[in-house]
Amino acid sequence: MPRALWTHLVKDLRIELRTLDAFVSMLFFSLLVVVLFSIAFDPHGDFSREIAGGVLSVATMFASVSALNQAWSREIRHQVMDAQRMTPAPGAELYLAKVIANFLFVSVVQIILAPLFLIFYNLHIQGQGWLLALVLPLGTWALVANGVFFAALSIRSRNRELLLSLILFPIFIPALLAMVRATTNILTGESDPILWMKLLLGYDIIFTTVSLLLFDVIFHAE
Amino acid sequence: MRPRTKPELFPAQCAGIESAEMKKAAISLYVVVTIALMVWGFYQAMYVAPSDAMQGEISRIIYYHVPNASVAFVFFAVNLIGSIGFLAARRNNPDRAQLFDAWALSGAEVGLIFCTVVLTTGPLWGRRAWGIWWTWDPRLTTTLVLWLIYVSYLLLRRFAAGTQMQTLAAVLGIFGALDVPIVYMSNRWWRTQHPAPVFGGAPGSGMAASMLHPFLWNMLAWFCWGVLVLGLRYRVERKHQENAAEEAREALESRA
Repeated sequence: MPRALWTHLVKDLRIELRTLDAFVSMLFFSLLVVVLFSIAFDPHGDFSREIAGGVLSVATMFASVSALNQAWSREIRHQVMDAQRMTPAPGAELYLAKVIANFLFVSVVQIILAPLFLIFYNLHIQGQGWLLALVLPLGTWALVANGVFFAALSIRSRNRELLLSLILFPIFIPALLAMVRATTNILTGESDPILWMKLLLGYDIIFTTVSLLLFDVIFHAE
Repeated sequence: MRPRTKPELFPAQCAGIESAEMKKAAISLYVVVTIALMVWGFYQAMYVAPSDAMQGEISRIIYYHVPNASVAFVFFAVNLIGSIGFLAARRNNPDRAQLFDAWALSGAEVGLIFCTVVLTTGPLWGRRAWGIWWTWDPRLTTTLVLWLIYVSYLLLRRFAAGTQMQTLAAVLGIFGALDVPIVYMSNRWWRTQHPAPVFGGAPGSGMAASMLHPFLWNMLAWFCWGVLVLGLRYRVERKHQENAAEEAREALESRA
């Protein structure tokens, strides 16, 4: 693994593990969203299987955005951005390290949330449950890869946090759709989720590549 | 009253004035031709084209819905080219980069208007043909997403501060444009409630000749109209840029 990438990744993980600020707030926020949706939509029987995919995806989305909003705040506070701009290390490695770190945090939140989810929604998975272990990470990666990029893009704008959501959500919609459809198909066992998983994989590859290529452009934008 | 200059005294200016006048004349001619095409297209769509065997009169919306969709897609492509051009030129050739940025902004704005027309004419037709205003099938959804993405593009241009705004917007334009192929292909990848492709779809698709001519006339008319609006928007944007540059120059000079 390239050295700058490893350094940034270890740094981010270490800082986060000291206080677990973002992680705890993310976990609690997802839990709240799950409960709120249960009150809004009253899951029962087959109906709960129909909506569970959507609720899980949207809960992940809101929770991630709350963490992504302050993804770059540490860097801004301690002039890391300026220091990074002065080094010859490619900005893409900083970006990728941030994505991996945030991906790990959100995935851990999802792993903790999943059993609670099964309990609250009384889910009996009709389809192939192990496929969820592929779908959820793919969806999370799509969210985090784009989220970190757009968070960096909206750093110097007026409504930083709001702008992140406004830019991220439209572009994330195809991935959200694929994630929800795939999860629902797995839970209900009604149709084949493979097409949606392929779409999600393609989406991940395309947008991660473009983000890596264009990160230096926005990072050094004058 | 235009001041008269003697050609032998000021040849360069006269050449400039003449070419400017010729340009104005050409643009005026283009406007007249475009309006004529629009009127002709309307006549073709409403009076000449036969009504559809199955749908009746409401099928006529295809002469508006499809051309507007095509123009919207083309103008979003203009935004993409402008965005890429801006990013490529901004270091070496800042003046040319400004041109590209003006095209990018114009393409996004005018394309968004045409996309709004598509999203309006579609449900109007759908309510009569399918009985529902909207459905979340892939094509409609992705067209709506495209609309949302370009709204977010314009919001970024509004909220982002200062000179890096153009760079950031150009990058977002590239991201947004990646969605366009998904919109186009969605109609072929998934079974959908939206009518299957009329052109180049399965055997049995294709348009009757009596409907094809009105359709092509309307395509041409709407493209000409779109290009006219795009050109006007571009000119306005260039004026904005020139004014901003002028103010910056004055501010610098007054400080000295």
